[in-house]
Amino acid sequence: MKNIISFVFLVGLWLLLTYNISVANIIVGAVMALITVLFFGKYFVSSPWKVLHPRRIFWFVVYLFIFLWECIRANFDVAYRVLHPAMPIKPGIVKVKTGLKTSIAKTILANSITMTPGTITVDLIDDDLYVHWIYVHSIDPETYSRQVSGRFEKYIKKIFE
Amino acid sequence: MNNIIAVILLSIGILFNLFGCIGLIRLPDVYNRLQSATKCVTLGTCSILLSLLFFFGFKEIGIKSILAIIMLFFAATVAAHALVRGAYIFGIKLGDRSVVDHYKNANEKNKEEEK
Repeated sequence: MKNIISFVFLVGLWLLLTYNISVANIIVGAVMALITVLFFGKYFVSSPWKVLHPRRIFWFVVYLFIFLWECIRANFDVAYRVLHPAMPIKPGIVKVKTGLKTSIAKTILANSITMTPGTITVDLIDDDLYVHWIYVHSIDPETYSRQVSGRFEKYIKKIFE
Repeated sequence: MNNIIAVILLSIGILFNLFGCIGLIRLPDVYNRLQSATKCVTLGTCSILLSLLFFFGFKEIGIKSILAIIMLFFAATVAAHALVRGAYIFGIKLGDRSVVDHYKNANEKNKEEEK
């Protein structure tokens, strides 16, 4: 069941990417998707249909806008630090605890943190994210956890868990 | 109207890619330089791709640019993550201005376990 869903998804992606609906192209896409599913099928999300629930899609749209807003704000913040003559940076690696359980949710959280300028996820060990931060506002765990991951975590929890 | 939005997005994208390049030269160490590299991707490259969508509409190029944004979200982050982690394990020190390093202990623990 899981493999069929990922097969259909991959063929659809191939057709969108090549934008050419001829028989030859569909055959090439199907063969490639089959090979991909055979080799990497076990790495796909374990229950993909869960994400299609309307409530989850609603929260996904909300999350998209919040992510966009955070991204734009952080972009201007980092641009300011780069262009300022004295370069007001205070870099460091902080340990952020996450309450997320499934691996897809953790991956999306780590990716969101990396996509937000100013923070990069260095490693993910068990429940701890190690985040390189360009300006460490405080070294109190509660404060920086809220600033780094708190704004994304509650939405990701609603979408993927 | 769509042309105006496309031009505005294109200018924003090029401007932020420029800031990213300046950051790449000015910042002191590997980790901070990667920060500015990922910054390029989010507002820089994504808004250039979005401007394509506005300019051409939902045709071949527009749909491909949306797909490119989704793939960038996964590919660019994984690349940055792999580079940072690789640099740390290779032994490159954090810059002089760094304040905290919580990863040091975890990393040493990992190394001992591997032995």
